[in-house]
Amino acid sequence: MENSFVVSSSPHIRDNANTRRIMLDVIIALLPASLAGVFFFGPRTLLVILVSILTCVLSEYFSRRLMKRSNTISDLSAVVTGLLLALNLPPTAPLWMVAIGAVVAVVVIKQLFGGLGQNFINPALGARVFLFISYAGHMTNWAIPGVDEVSSATPLALLKAEDTASIVFPSYKDLFLGNVGGCIGEVSAAALLLGGIYLVARRVIGPQIPLAYIGTLGLFTWVFGGSVLFNGDFLYHILSGGLILGAIYMATDYATSPMTIKGQIIMAIGCGLLTGIIRLFTNYPEGVSFAILIMNIMVPLIDRYTVPKSFGGGKAVE
Amino acid sequence: MFVKNFFRGGTTVPHSKNTAGCETVKMGVPEKVTIPMLQHIGAPCEPCVKKGDTVRVGQIIGNSNKYISSPIHSSVSGTVTDVAPMLYAGGVYVTSVEIKTDGNQEVYEGIKPPNFSNSNEFISVIRESGLVGLGGAGFPAHVKLSPPPGIKIDTLIINAAECEPYITSDYREIIENSWNVISGINIIMEVLEIDNVLIGIEDNKPEAIKEMTRVAATNDKINVIKLKSRYPQGAEKMLIYATTGRKVPPGKLPADVGVIVMNVNSVSFISEYTKTGMPLIKKRVTVDGPSVKRPSNVEALIGTPVSEVFNFCGGFGIVPKKILMGGPMMGIAQFTLNTPVLKHTNALLAFDETSAVLPQEQACIRCGRCVKACPMNLLPLYLNNNSLKEEIEELNKYHVMDCIECGSCSYVCPAKINLVQSIRLGKAQVKQAAAKGGK
Repeated sequence: MENSFVVSSSPHIRDNANTRRIMLDVIIALLPASLAGVFFFGPRTLLVILVSILTCVLSEYFSRRLMKRSNTISDLSAVVTGLLLALNLPPTAPLWMVAIGAVVAVVVIKQLFGGLGQNFINPALGARVFLFISYAGHMTNWAIPGVDEVSSATPLALLKAEDTASIVFPSYKDLFLGNVGGCIGEVSAAALLLGGIYLVARRVIGPQIPLAYIGTLGLFTWVFGGSVLFNGDFLYHILSGGLILGAIYMATDYATSPMTIKGQIIMAIGCGLLTGIIRLFTNYPEGVSFAILIMNIMVPLIDRYTVPKSFGGGKAVE
Repeated sequence: MFVKNFFRGGTTVPHSKNTAGCETVKMGVPEKVTIPMLQHIGAPCEPCVKKGDTVRVGQIIGNSNKYISSPIHSSVSGTVTDVAPMLYAGGVYVTSVEIKTDGNQEVYEGIKPPNFSNSNEFISVIRESGLVGLGGAGFPAHVKLSPPPGIKIDTLIINAAECEPYITSDYREIIENSWNVISGINIIMEVLEIDNVLIGIEDNKPEAIKEMTRVAATNDKINVIKLKSRYPQGAEKMLIYATTGRKVPPGKLPADVGVIVMNVNSVSFISEYTKTGMPLIKKRVTVDGPSVKRPSNVEALIGTPVSEVFNFCGGFGIVPKKILMGGPMMGIAQFTLNTPVLKHTNALLAFDETSAVLPQEQACIRCGRCVKACPMNLLPLYLNNNSLKEEIEELNKYHVMDCIECGSCSYVCPAKINLVQSIRLGKAQVKQAAAKGGK
């Protein structure tokens, strides 16, 4: 017995939190938005979601096997990526395109850079932009909610129309609940907020990134979004497009956001400004994906310049 | 009075204070004791006895002329059977005096209540007592009690936070000897002319708060502070901040912000010592853990083999796989049961197979929980990365030397990464680089 003791460096106990549970919480938080998508866009939406998740999990399994690395599909991170990717696609997305996006997200963006936690941009967003550039037609084929499923413009695309006077804009209520055109996961602000509250309550994320991001964009569009200064319809901008989905679920991605609260707020403000600039001053109606991806790339830099002072490193007496 | 009651960061750990209700039981004299010449932070002592010598209880058997050191006394009467280096858990050999006891516990003739009339005499008396910080770190008490010249100490903080799981050694001292605690405090207040005493106790020990408040009512300069139960509340810097709002800057000592921090057992000992003159030769040890048959609080003589302490508590119910000296957050894993109880041993824990084996490390997901948990405001994940890459410059940029090794980061990590373990390695790398002459 004498020689059989385990000798290790302290601490000798561990909390029961684990990666899998965190990923499961994100999946739970995304369920309301997924259900809202299926409800507004019909059962085919479910197929898009399933194909995306399945392809992500299979890509993770086979790519890691090929690279002779351990099997990590049980940590559920591939499921989260698959679900997020699907929520960022239009409900009309052809299934082959969904599968290509999933492979790009998991293999190219995540595994080739070292796997979980090592990717420098958000895999789902990276794949979405890849698809957007490669298959612009399919990626902007928006179905309007309802039985007819007529192709139509998204609320943000309406703002870019030549003659805005003759257009009937959706109401705040429709925007909030999700009765508008757009990606599967971005239509219902209410469902997204519900999941966001769950994530904050479970302490998976802090509220700082979503609040700073949405707040910055609101302020920016209020100041510059109207015909004169300080007259923009900021509520319309906040409730439209991928902002809430992006602010709660994508900008908060652990691997691609800064470590300190200060750094996270800097990143979120950057996201808000970039989204506002793209939405108001460029040809693109939507800017959330690009804004977050650009800020993702800035994260190492932000982390580098926001190393906190050690405890007691400031004033000696408070 | 405004107090913070808590600090930034930290984590909630299970309390597991199973032995809170266990009154201290005195253990008998073992057949043999092994007393190492280093039981404190600082210079090791030189043994002043040799094989064949007869020693008595309280006799000095090791001393050092270095300032940061503390003399070692015999805890028994008997015959020295060996003076030789012995391997301890840190991987270091320490000269140790092995004494075969005679069971008579004859007291050394020089033992008498000490005389002191000023602070200098008091401090040399404390040195002679062999007292070291009994909270677990073992820093020589006389050094703590002598602030550098020109610094005025205005507050004495008594550390009774006891934030480590399992350990109830400080708690039992308050429940069993609260008047000793107060009288020890009074001695320090008088000699060092301190007018403000704060006793910090975590709010998971309401009985201790009640008892201490009751006895402290006799002196309005002594106040009990109820602290939030949050690990590492008992860490010196965190405790000072929680009780006074003062922050000890990196690389500075509590004295630099006008405070002295003493463990509750240490002040109680000072009171005992001034009455009897008997130096530090025994210690209350919490014996607990899933493998222990009868979790207890045991008063053991210093040098008693750990195996005998466990046997005294009914031995092992389940085969132990890990033996800890100290708590599960900062305690040191032992490789043998022959190792002796030391001056600052506050707990002996025995973990079974299921609790001894730690989970496998997984990939870091950069969730930032280690950053939130770090009470020192460090970025443990970057320290971990740079330790593994031996990036000395980067380690310094991320303030590696400010880590207090509390283990909160490793505890909360959902990927089970051994963060503090590799940060320790990083600290060693930085020290080594500095010793080589680099900056």
